[in-house]
Amino acid sequence: MVSDRSLVNIRQDVLAKCPTGIQGFDEITAGGLPKGRPSLVCGGPGCGKTLFGMEFLVRGATEFDEPGVFVSFEERPEELAQNVISLGWNLQDLETNGKLLVEYVQVERSDIEETGEYDLEGLFIRLASAVDAIGAKRIVLDTVESLFAALPNELILRSELRRLFRWLKDKGLTAMITGERGDRNLTRHGLEEYVSDCVIDLNVRVKSDIATRRLRIVKYRGSRHGTNEYPFLIGATGFSVMPITSINLDYATLMERVPSGVERLDTMLGGSGYYKGSSVLITGTAGTGKSSLASAFAQSICATGGKCLYFAFEEAVSQILRNMSSIGINLGQWVDAGLLKFHASRPTTFGMEMHLLTMYNMVKEFNPSAVIIDPISNLSSVGNEEEVKSVLTRFVDYLKGRGITTLFTDLTSGKTAGEYTEAAISSLMDTWILLRNIETNGERNRALFVLKARGTDHSNQVREFVLSSQGLELTDAYLGPEGVLMGSARVAQEVRAQAESMRRSQELKGRTRGLETRRAMLEAQMASLKQEVICLDEEVEMFKVEAMAQDDALAKGRDDMARIRKAD
Amino acid sequence: MDKPKNRAADFEKALQDRAQQKYVLRLYVAGMTPRSREAITSIKKLCEEHLQGRYEIEILDIYQHPELASAQQVIAAPTLIKELPLPLRKFIGSLSDEGRILKGLDVQPKERIACGHE
Repeated sequence: MVSDRSLVNIRQDVLAKCPTGIQGFDEITAGGLPKGRPSLVCGGPGCGKTLFGMEFLVRGATEFDEPGVFVSFEERPEELAQNVISLGWNLQDLETNGKLLVEYVQVERSDIEETGEYDLEGLFIRLASAVDAIGAKRIVLDTVESLFAALPNELILRSELRRLFRWLKDKGLTAMITGERGDRNLTRHGLEEYVSDCVIDLNVRVKSDIATRRLRIVKYRGSRHGTNEYPFLIGATGFSVMPITSINLDYATLMERVPSGVERLDTMLGGSGYYKGSSVLITGTAGTGKSSLASAFAQSICATGGKCLYFAFEEAVSQILRNMSSIGINLGQWVDAGLLKFHASRPTTFGMEMHLLTMYNMVKEFNPSAVIIDPISNLSSVGNEEEVKSVLTRFVDYLKGRGITTLFTDLTSGKTAGEYTEAAISSLMDTWILLRNIETNGERNRALFVLKARGTDHSNQVREFVLSSQGLELTDAYLGPEGVLMGSARVAQEVRAQAESMRRSQELKGRTRGLETRRAMLEAQMASLKQEVICLDEEVEMFKVEAMAQDDALAKGRDDMARIRKAD
Repeated sequence: MDKPKNRAADFEKALQDRAQQKYVLRLYVAGMTPRSREAITSIKKLCEEHLQGRYEIEILDIYQHPELASAQQVIAAPTLIKELPLPLRKFIGSLSDEGRILKGLDVQPKERIACGHE
């Protein structure tokens, strides 16, 4: 029976959501605030409760055509209007168009005297008339707790608040009630007791002199929601909540390749460079040529007509331009052509989240095909490892989703192993190129190898990375019986090898000559022996003839003798 | 001009004025509930007893005039607003606590005023 009921519930009670239009918030709540129900937003002073409420109404009025009433218990309408004008919200316009109504409820303890029983019907009537006046669908009460200060009879107040929230529900209003954070409870006066459908907690934490605002959905009845603490910003256009991880990993994967700007590197990566829309990490200790490799990439993007956005967290733009022209990379022309855009700032200028938002906005505005962040290790001076990782994860996901190739450089300290990133983000990266300084024979040489390259048939070879005024070049490291040699040792070894081979060919020549002589001698010998054989043959013939002649003579002699002796 | 004397005269005058001060009161009620009736009865009685001849009272139903509730910052019902003499004061509730209202209205109970006159 229980299961039957729950099934019915699932089918019928899919909670209707009221989109707030606040960037990121609707994603973490899977659609917004519960429609037609009150939600509680609590937080300490200065954490943005009022603004959150105001944005909810302004977005509702402008984007969803849902008029709203802002019931202010603290700030006067003029003050409110003034506070949000910098965000580009014109409350007066909205009010004239009947999209917004600010109802200012002033309650002063000093001029109120309690004399017997009462209720808050006056407030109800005012709210009802305000709601009816513009046909409001949304309402914000900021902050109803002021009533506790003004009305000493808490018993009446509490029962009236309970009635108020019920009334809001009956009216079908999507309400947002703000409350000041209490010592032990979420709100000073325990408003969470009455508003139990959705509770949102805003807070500000200061760490290493940098304040980060965070938002957390404490509870959301009848809906799934992100449970993390999400950093948020109050930027130039209002709130933006950033989901710690992007909800989905469903971006399209591209087969296209983009050249890295170094020919041999393209070959090392299986032929034609990085995958488009992938993330590339270049790590290395100081002075291994990370920025140079990044600039080469920027150059190759711009040379093919693509746009590149370069976030420099270490060097000023003019310095990068100068330094790169010294290795034959002229970035200035691309800046002039509007294909390359630099954004140089010190990481400590803002908190981590502000950086992320700046980057988001710039990417949105410039619409580049490649983004370079040089270096990400500097960001760890503003956030801890997790924060940097969370920010970069979201940024990488965002860029991948848009098919933008991202190149990060990361400075690793000399003490740590090479296969390590300061921000522990290597797992986010599709391609990881490691640059290393190898010190031998009193000199340092740059070595490059591809540590990983997802989806490519990449080389396992270490190459020597040479920076010269002609540009970047990768050469084969010398591999010989003495191991891998680089730099002058490689050159010396090459010279040595050349001498050795020359000596060997000379030796070979000498030996060949000797053998040939011997052969000629033997052949001569063979000829004389042959002659001898012929002579012997002739002699044998002669003997044979002589012997036959002798035999003949003997036979003839015998016959003659017999004739003489008159044999019978 | 004798300043101290004048001051004393002013003070006397002020006291006199206060005793004759005209009161402008507005009572906001939300419909004719028993509580509203109680409030109306109590304030009328109180005015007749202590402010006879020098008060003006208007009873308004905020259901009929919600805009007044906004303008006058009324949130509770019933609410009695003393508009004159200044300063403005608000009394919320059924006005059952006479002593408190008199004190809040800055009205001397009749007996004392009578005493003062004698």
